[in-house]
Amino acid sequence: MTHTVTTRTRASRLATIAAVLLIAAGLALPAFVDRSMIKDLFFILTMLTLAQYWNLLAGYGGLVSVGQQAFVGLGAYGLFGAAIVWGMDPVLALPLAGLFALAVAIPTAFFAFRLAGAYFAIGTWVVAEVVRLSIAQWKAVGGGTGTSLPRSVQADMTGTDFVGTLFGVRSAAAQDILSYWLALALAVATIGGIYLLLRSKAGLALAAVRDNAEAARAVGVDAGRMKWLVFLAASFGTGLTGALIYLQKGRISPEAAFSVTDWTAYVIFITVIGGIGTIEGPIIGILVFFVLQTLFADYGSTYLLALGMIGILVMLFAPRGIWGAITDRTGLQFFPIRRRLQKTPRPEP
Amino acid sequence: MNWLDTILQGILLGGLYALFAAGLALVFGIMRLVNLAHGDLIVLGAYLVMYLVGALGINPVLAALFAAPLMFALGWAIQRLVLNRVLGPDILPPLLVTFGLSIVIQNGLQMGFTADSRRISAGPLETASVDLGFVTLGVMPLLTFASAIAVILVLNWIFYHTAMGRAFRATSDDPVTASLMGIRPKAIFAQATGLAMVVVTVAALYLGMRANFDPTIGPARLIYAFEAVIIGGLGSLWGTLAGGIIIGVAQTFGAAVNPEWQILSGHIAFLAVLLVRPRGLFPRAFD
Amino acid sequence: MSGLLQTRGLTARYGDFQALFGVDIHLEEGECVAIIGANGAGKTTLMRSISGVLVNAAEQVIFGTDLIGALPADQVMARGIAMVPEGRRLFPSLTVEENLLVGAHGRKTAGPWTLDAIYDLFPILRERRHNPGTALSGGQQQMVAIGRALMSNPRVILCDELSLGLAPVVIRDIYAALPRIRAGGASIIIVEQDIGQALKVADRVYCMMEGRVTLQGRPADLTRAEIHDAYFGANA
Repeated sequence: MTHTVTTRTRASRLATIAAVLLIAAGLALPAFVDRSMIKDLFFILTMLTLAQYWNLLAGYGGLVSVGQQAFVGLGAYGLFGAAIVWGMDPVLALPLAGLFALAVAIPTAFFAFRLAGAYFAIGTWVVAEVVRLSIAQWKAVGGGTGTSLPRSVQADMTGTDFVGTLFGVRSAAAQDILSYWLALALAVATIGGIYLLLRSKAGLALAAVRDNAEAARAVGVDAGRMKWLVFLAASFGTGLTGALIYLQKGRISPEAAFSVTDWTAYVIFITVIGGIGTIEGPIIGILVFFVLQTLFADYGSTYLLALGMIGILVMLFAPRGIWGAITDRTGLQFFPIRRRLQKTPRPEP
Repeated sequence: MNWLDTILQGILLGGLYALFAAGLALVFGIMRLVNLAHGDLIVLGAYLVMYLVGALGINPVLAALFAAPLMFALGWAIQRLVLNRVLGPDILPPLLVTFGLSIVIQNGLQMGFTADSRRISAGPLETASVDLGFVTLGVMPLLTFASAIAVILVLNWIFYHTAMGRAFRATSDDPVTASLMGIRPKAIFAQATGLAMVVVTVAALYLGMRANFDPTIGPARLIYAFEAVIIGGLGSLWGTLAGGIIIGVAQTFGAAVNPEWQILSGHIAFLAVLLVRPRGLFPRAFD
Repeated sequence: MSGLLQTRGLTARYGDFQALFGVDIHLEEGECVAIIGANGAGKTTLMRSISGVLVNAAEQVIFGTDLIGALPADQVMARGIAMVPEGRRLFPSLTVEENLLVGAHGRKTAGPWTLDAIYDLFPILRERRHNPGTALSGGQQQMVAIGRALMSNPRVILCDELSLGLAPVVIRDIYAALPRIRAGGASIIIVEQDIGQALKVADRVYCMMEGRVTLQGRPADLTRAEIHDAYFGANA
């Protein structure tokens, strides 16, 4: 017998097959369901993507940010700016919007990393406020009151005609389907990317830094570089997602695009309830959150108060969330990143 | 722009921010806990004072005296029932729990008092002013600043001249060794949070008398408080006052140039200090 | 078995790591007992277990007739067991006098030890009373740590590595205080790596190795060879 190091589990192989089938089904879905369902799925996919990025930061990187709304807003405003000021095609402007968020993330990291531990959290919040107040001064995109994407810009979006012809729907519905496909692609790329990152050597280094920064440094892991990598990746992804969300909404204002509740509180709730520090957690979390949102969002303050309470209770009594409770009982892992030793029969000579 | 007037107004405003910040600094100093609900607790305090003014028909200062023990009890209970359970080497649980608390308080206030903006009426005090010849200062800002200094003096007296303060500092230095002295760190934490809530009550009184408030303004107060604490450098409460003054002066100067820039200027001053002095102006000698 | 303080089958662990394997020691009223052993033998773990820094099963530590193994440190201290921790651990933001006063925080009973009595025991501390504790020399810091533990008028005082990092002449001064501490009514457990020092002051000695007691007895009854084997292992 010899030993090999593996991260694969049987569940993970099944999960790979299931994921491929799910993606295929997801792509074909617009042919079978109505427009409101496509909109719901868009909401689920984009919130899931935001939660995965926040989870990458806080759950794996130990960087608890309460200022991720800065990057949602920056991405969104980057997109509106490119479309309105430069007249760019919004679909093509999406990556540019992500880069816009990334560009602001570099000085942000420079400041926020000067604040140790818990102070980092409020530091990100300060930066988010600065960004919000600054963007509110940008008159070309409506200043403090906000603006809408011009109809012509939306109608001429790359791919709208193609989708419209493919499914035989009108322009508005075609835009929703296109946004949904982009959200699907983004969610898949995000989950896949984070999974690969965590399984790579960099992921191992990240886990080492999170568990013990001192010890990690002692064995040659550059903790500072890992923090930068994670923060910039999350900012770019969050910006891209923000841009896509506001491409679909079509209307923007600083209040909405930099909302702490919508882009940070909900995202933290999704991650915490599902299980922080796992890829599966936010997936479970978004499903729970969507059900709660659909049933109770009309209750306004009462609903938000209940979400806050649930979040606190989960942190107190089940800090690893729903998925943590499931793995404790069953050992199930769909996205295994833990390295295990496995006995393999010695090959015959 | 009248330079002297702007600077003096800014300094006095700094007193308000120091009041916001003192409780935050106290709690962080003793248990390394960053309470993201701090601003919302100030707003909660303002509603409590307002409610007592209305219900008992008393003046706001007297109402704050009644509110203080209630706030102490609230802080003590939150620490005992919630925060003590999540304090530890991992910073994530306390941050997320206090963030949750922030949402709970904001929405609880919204349910109890609606989203309308309110104010604690202070009668003629609101508009009273002192004419110093070269400049006119409002009585309310002067009172705020004097209260900030009084709060810092009292807190320093507690820290350095009472057994409770000694236990606070010992626990802050080394909770394990403190427990070998018969000190129960968790009990100390509850007392400290209770005391911080008494300071919050003073901050709440001025927050409510000086301007309109509504359930959503807490996070912005948290941010001002946080900026004052970081600029001050965690070494002493006087540093926190200096931090508050820097934010206050930056804001009044920003506002003098363009009213829309008031808040932004304060934040930029904070970032500038962070750039030059990452550990603040008066850093703690040991940590 | 009688005694003021005893451990019975003490099995302390740090998470998954077991550090003690059924340690039985006892301390009689008025006695001074020394625990010797190499680094990693489990001496400090034993002290941490008795003092409540490490929590164990209740019946593994017995004080008088009370089962105290599961009590937290502050409650153990309130019952009359004080500790001079390894490395002295003075509170850096407190002055010498405040360090001493904080030692009386959990005091329930009156006794011989007051601020003045401590200053009589270690006169240098009176001169340095308003200095920060950490501004003192190592030996003076050790005096503060001992004084701080005495301020609660304990029935038992646990001294972990009193001589660690100190010059021989300073160690002599520190140990010179032990008789007066015993005269004040406290029973003493000292942890010591310096075997000679331990044999000189203790009524009885326990030698530990790898989390177990390997030898015990009165200093006069133990041979050098026995101690060497118990300290380093028979095959060393």
